[in-house]
Amino acid sequence: MENTDKSRREFLISGLMATAALAGCGENNNPFAPDQEVKLTGEKVKLLSVNGEIIEIDKAFLKPVPDLPTLSNSEERKGIPGKKFAMVIDLSRCKNLKKCQSACNHMHFVHPGQSWIKVLSMQDSEQSSPYWQPTTCMHCDEPPCVKVCPVDATFKRQDGIVAIDSDRCVGCRFCMAACPYSTRVFNWDAPEMPEEVAKQHYSCETSVPQKKGTVGKCDFCPDMVRKGALPHCVSACPNGVFLFGDINEDSVTNGAETFRFSDLIKDKAGYRLMEDLGTKPSVYYLPPVSRNFPYETGVENQNPDDLHHH
Amino acid sequence: MEKNTILSSEQITQDLLPKKFGKIGLIWTTTLVIICLIGAYAYFRQLKYGLAVTNMRDYVSWGIYISNFVFFVAISLVGSLITAIFRIAKVKWATPLTRIAEIIAVSAIVFASLIIIVDMGRPERFMNLFLHGRIQSPIMWDVIVIATYFCISLLLLYLPLLPDLKILIRFKEKTTNSLYKLYRFQGSFWKGTREQFKISEKSINVLCITIIPVAFCIHTVTSWLFATTYRPGWDSTNFGAYFISGAFLVGAGGVVVAMYVFRKYYKLEKYITELHFENMGRIVVLLALLYLYFNVNEYLVPAFKMKKSEEAHLASLFTGDFAPMFWFAILVGMILPIIILLFKKGRKPFPMFIAGVMIVVGAWFKRYLIVTPTLLHPFLPMQEVPANFHHYFPSWEEWAIAMGSLAGALLVITFFARIYPIIPIQETITEQHEEQEHQ
Repeated sequence: MENTDKSRREFLISGLMATAALAGCGENNNPFAPDQEVKLTGEKVKLLSVNGEIIEIDKAFLKPVPDLPTLSNSEERKGIPGKKFAMVIDLSRCKNLKKCQSACNHMHFVHPGQSWIKVLSMQDSEQSSPYWQPTTCMHCDEPPCVKVCPVDATFKRQDGIVAIDSDRCVGCRFCMAACPYSTRVFNWDAPEMPEEVAKQHYSCETSVPQKKGTVGKCDFCPDMVRKGALPHCVSACPNGVFLFGDINEDSVTNGAETFRFSDLIKDKAGYRLMEDLGTKPSVYYLPPVSRNFPYETGVENQNPDDLHHH
Repeated sequence: MEKNTILSSEQITQDLLPKKFGKIGLIWTTTLVIICLIGAYAYFRQLKYGLAVTNMRDYVSWGIYISNFVFFVAISLVGSLITAIFRIAKVKWATPLTRIAEIIAVSAIVFASLIIIVDMGRPERFMNLFLHGRIQSPIMWDVIVIATYFCISLLLLYLPLLPDLKILIRFKEKTTNSLYKLYRFQGSFWKGTREQFKISEKSINVLCITIIPVAFCIHTVTSWLFATTYRPGWDSTNFGAYFISGAFLVGAGGVVVAMYVFRKYYKLEKYITELHFENMGRIVVLLALLYLYFNVNEYLVPAFKMKKSEEAHLASLFTGDFAPMFWFAILVGMILPIIILLFKKGRKPFPMFIAGVMIVVGAWFKRYLIVTPTLLHPFLPMQEVPANFHHYFPSWEEWAIAMGSLAGALLVITFFARIYPIIPIQETITEQHEEQEHQ
């Protein structure tokens, strides 16, 4: 094993797995027994067994587990019990740094040029002032995309997340036509990613690996949430623009600050996009008032093709 | 039939039996086969490299495949008009046109299904529609009604063919061995007894009644693929009726073109007469006025209000990038044919042919205008995408596949006319007899 962070993590995980296996199984039917005769290295590793005892085994018995057992497809479709996720995007804090976008694209291996989060330069009318609007999937409670999907490849989970099963998607793109927020992207090409990522089983919670000929979009990162972490965009934003949380707990956080969701929406006049369409988004926006940065600071980061927009 | 000429059964059979391709027929067929092969090669490339070979991107996610699909579904509706509606309304003069209309319907609906598979990012997962199908999706409604329409149309093509198959089997010496085997396989059980005619007659009547609601469904549901979304230009309660009226128009236009071509090539002047053109001309004018009426509703009412979401879309059609195509479709696809056909001289075969071609070509572009401009005017601004996502012009693969599918549909019609009588022989003979008795 090389001495990298990744191999260290693999080493620890596999160590734990091996211990669990040794503690739980008899000699004869040990599922983690190596396929071939193991040549002992003589180097011992200390591990904590499930009984809480410290045991020692030869390093040669440690075997990396390539693809940790994941959730079943039906669990992924059901969602995390008792949760109802929501996001609040504070427009007064955004200066188009696009850290959210690059983190998201990086973690989901989104095709270069495409992105699941777009930071749009918005101007509601001629006299009103422009602002930056990060736009994710709205995870609507009445999702138009789910209504039109012919094969249940995109679905609404109990925890409010709208996810995609790329192993089932037939690539008809009706959901893209139906989504009024233009949030969905299509893998026209084979997505570019390292081979070991491409080999993984597709998970509706990580949305990785993306597959050629299917639709992808922001998934609210339920894999991170299950680990007790925040979605990648939330933790990547240095300005705390994104607040993520559970409506049932009535709290949202950007990692540094935590707010009572209902108070925040009330005090800062939170709103949702295209309320008149009846899609009931799970993403709320706080208006761009008393801004931390002037609009202009974000212009240098704008996509050159979009500069002529206003 | 023109009143003064009564033809003998022998003469009719002689005139209407299918004939081998002549020189023009061979050139025509070869050209179509070549276009199909180019299309097949383009599709092979698409299967290999994915939909990336098209110029569709995230905003314009539906392109000419879908507009071509809508065109095919539209033109296939004519089968139900000429066969079923006319039959129930006891419109006798349309009998020689029924088979032309029905083969157009069948071949168009087959290629509509094929082109929708071509549009899929994952065609190998087609079976998911049946394994995981969800009835709430308009796509599932389309799958159901299109399959139903295909079956009924095929039966409406086949049942009236049975008496003709008997005639074809009788004239064994006029055909090749393999075709003879095909005729025997398809029709040897038909003895032409009174009982069989009774069953056949009754079945055709039932099919004619059932196909009318199914036909309305296929195109209404196809319009709902668009109208069930929020998009400007699609979010319209007018869409079902608008699509159906347009479908009848393009279908009738297609029949007029086919009538002219078959009449000229197979020398069928005695069977497809000037009276048929005169009558079809009146029908086409009515349908074109109807479609124009729905177009006025579809474009002028939103234009009067100019809601913000509709504004950019309508401006692109009226005066913007799509204006030349838009006004071409309105003028050439509707207004000019109406003007031509309002005059008695315009309802002669050749001007009718020209008007029919104008209608069909205009209709093809009209479907493009229904699909693409809307997708270029989303609610949120188009930003943060590569520059080529802001525009759409089909790639050569898309053109090749779309043209290949059109050529394929024409090829099916061509081969059908080579193998079977394009004008029903038995029915023509029966009508001639009835005519004789009247005189």
